[in-house]
Amino acid sequence: MISLFTAEGLYGLLFLGFVGLTLAGALIAASARSLIRSVAGLALCFLGVAGLYYYLNGPFVALMQILIYVGAVCVTIIFAVMLAESSELKRVTRRNVLVGPLAFLVSGLLVWGLVGLALKTEWHFSPGIANLGTVGDLGKSLLTTYSMSFELISVVLLVAVVGSLVLARSGRNK
Amino acid sequence: MNILLLSNSLYTYLVIAALLFGIGIYGLVQRQTFIGMLISAELILSGASLNFMAFNCFLTPDPTVGQLFTLFIMAIAAAEAAIALSIIIAVYRNYKSIDTEDVTDLQG
Repeated sequence: MISLFTAEGLYGLLFLGFVGLTLAGALIAASARSLIRSVAGLALCFLGVAGLYYYLNGPFVALMQILIYVGAVCVTIIFAVMLAESSELKRVTRRNVLVGPLAFLVSGLLVWGLVGLALKTEWHFSPGIANLGTVGDLGKSLLTTYSMSFELISVVLLVAVVGSLVLARSGRNK
Repeated sequence: MNILLLSNSLYTYLVIAALLFGIGIYGLVQRQTFIGMLISAELILSGASLNFMAFNCFLTPDPTVGQLFTLFIMAIAAAEAAIALSIIIAVYRNYKSIDTEDVTDLQG
């Protein structure tokens, strides 16, 4: 039994905090009635996931998660909420009352299946370590082994920027 | 099993990722606005990324593969969010609503 007041104990406690942050943020994001609260829950969840990435030996990915998701994607979604304001509070619901329980059932079944599969499988560790996975190693493999995907992803981002500008611009002069 | 040692186990991360995925699916089905559905889709993507990072840390001999895959997923998710939000803005301009029930012009 590890004491709570050693380094390992605090390490584990911080991990539990990140897990709680992730799951609470995800629940808020999926079930809050107002959209802006839902985006705040999403940002909370992404912060928790960044903490989990840090525990998984990926400090660079954790920083990128905060920079891209919390800093860019959430802010963009908040801008869209402000532009296309719609509150789910005042709307009368016109859909079937079964949608909520059915959604819960479907997602519960999926989680049950995935968790069962993950816990039952014997995962095999493949021995031998090619590198340590530091930022330098990441950069090297990004520019050698994965240079093709690197180029393609930059083309995708360029197309996305131009496409979103065109889509949001069209029909503006009406 | 000590609860403070959970961060050393692959299963913890797999369960968290499965929960994120399930919460995302729940939101995707249950939400009534396009922006809400986009938020849930982001949750599903982060569940997938967490899986990649967990396998990367515990199973693969080359620990750069999963990190790069997660970075690529982030780039794709950012592009997807930008495109989806501009489509939502365009829909809002035409229908004055982002409710999924209102955009039904093709319904017979």
